[in-house]
Parts: sequence; structure tokens; C-alpha cells
Amino acid sequence: MNIHLKYNIEQICRVILQEKLGALNIEYSTITSGSICFPKGLSAEKFTELTGELSKYGMEIVTDQKEILVQKIKSLITCMLIPDNSMPLVKISSFLADNLNENYRTLSQIFSDVCHMSLESFIILRKTELVKQLLLNENLSLTEISHKMQYSSVAHLSNQFKNSTGLSPSTFQKISTNKRKYKKVTN
Amino acid sequence: MKIDELHIVLAEDDRDDRMFFKSAFKGLKIDNKLTICEDGLSLMDYLTTADPLPHILFLDLNMPGKNGMECLKELRANSRYNDLSIAIYTSLRSPGINEEVLIEGANIFIRKPNDPDALKKILTEVVYINWQYLTDGLSKQNFMLSY
Repeated sequence: MNIHLKYNIEQICRVILQEKLGALNIEYSTITSGSICFPKGLSAEKFTELTGELSKYGMEIVTDQKEILVQKIKSLITCMLIPDNSMPLVKISSFLADNLNENYRTLSQIFSDVCHMSLESFIILRKTELVKQLLLNENLSLTEISHKMQYSSVAHLSNQFKNSTGLSPSTFQKISTNKRKYKKVTN
Repeated sequence: MKIDELHIVLAEDDRDDRMFFKSAFKGLKIDNKLTICEDGLSLMDYLTTADPLPHILFLDLNMPGKNGMECLKELRANSRYNDLSIAIYTSLRSPGINEEVLIEGANIFIRKPNDPDALKKILTEVVYINWQYLTDGLSKQNFMLSY
């Protein structure tokens, strides 16, 4: 038997952090996407302990300035792309620039230096991943997905999907269904 | 996830093609290490004992001994290789081959273009896209690309 899950990464991370910080007896004031505030600071010893605990979950403490900025950009993109989000329809470029107080050209330059991919391509990659999940796990039509993900039209969604994966959404769906069936048979 | 060095494996029986891939990966902006296997059998031997496993495999579909498809099926039947991205390439032009390969669990299918520069561009792009999945810890379940 196979079951398919969907989950909220933000929430998972927040719960893990709360548990670990609690277990290590570290005082903190807030956890916002990708950052924690320690009003009383953090001792070197606790810092090491925390680093070790978090690494088990694939979390690391970022120290490089460029990396920090990139992680902030990625968190903002993740928030922005949540399906059905109630955020006002603004361009991602101005959303990032406003939130990070930095001009978009600088952001996009630093992003490609660190990630070896342009910010635009990265956003499309992430957006396409979400479309894939919606296609497979929620059985939604392309029209519904294009609304949820704020595409201007189904054609725009299909074109972007095809450009980014080399497959049309329906071919992708077909391949995934066959893959699942195949897994079931072989398991 | 922080990765200091990207580990690539190539399974290719043609000497010239091996040289080509080698030079293409030399141009990458990510530190990388390339392991080359000259056919399917030696690839499977290598992977069985490889520790840690490489991050991504470029696999020629047509090889003597054990071909790419056979290797792919064997690898995907073994959960040890769940995290290994597999890119299959071929110069075959048969329609539907891309779907077949992706259904068998390859993440990337590349129909080799005749222009070497175009191929080099594809290889670079594949490595960089795979890099995003690696560094952001994205699920590879839905990682599918077709060129």
C-alpha cells in the first residue's frame, strides 16, 4: 500500500526548533522563517550543541553573509509561493527588494553567485515543483492550479512547465501515475 | 545540506565521449570529482561498494555487457540508491523512449543533440538543477527533466 502525504515545511521546522531549543534550555524570543532571536545571546557551548542537534535534521546555522542573504531570499520565495496565499499580487522582484531593503539587481547577482542559477530560474523551478505536487496529490485541474499558483492563464502555466521540465503537465502526470503503478507491482 | 564537493559518476563505453564529458564537467563552477566507469558491469561493481555514494550518475543507454536500461532498473529496485540522481542519455531518436526511461525511475533524460556545445550546455544545466535539489534538500520523487 502507498499513501501520499502533504506537509507544511515551515511548521515542521518550527516545531523541531522549539523542541530542540527547549531540550537544550536555550532562551529565545521568536522563530520566524529561517531565523531565531536570542535576546540574551548564545554561549559558544550552546551554539555547538545546537549545531550538532540541528544537523541531524539537515539544518545548519548559516554564518556567511552572502549565504544568509540567499537563505532569506529562499524563505521569502517559499512564503510567496504557498498556494492560495493571500498576499497582494506584486512582482516577486519588488517583493524581495522591499522586504530585504536591497535593490533587485544586487540580490539577483548574489543569488546566482552562490546558487549557480539565476533567481528567475530558481523561482520557476520552485513554482514548478509545487505545481507537480498539486497535480499529483490533490487531483486538481490545470485551471484550478493556475488560479492557486497565481498564473495569468492555463497556457502560461503549461508553457512554463514545459520549458522548465521538457514535459507537458499531462505527460508528467502520465509518467508519475505509471511510475506509482509500477512501484506497486514490484514492491 | 552543505556539500563541499559534488561527486559525479559517468558510465560510458566510448573513449571520445568520456573525454567530452570530462571536459564539460571541468568547466563547472562547483568543485567536483568525476568517477568514470567504462561499462555497465563495472558501474554496478563500483556502486555496490561506493561509500559515500556519488550524488549524480550520467548513464549511457547503449553499452555492451549491461546496458543503461538494465543498470537503471537494477538501481531503482534497490533503496540504497534512492538519493542518487540518474541522468540517462542516448543518441537514439526513437519516440517515447524518454517516457519509458522516466517511468523506470530516471530523473533526467537527455536526447544527445548533434552540436557538442548544446550538449555541454545541457550537462551543465542538469548539474546545476540537481545542485538545487541537493542543497535545498528537495524531494527527488518528482524530479523529472527531459531534453
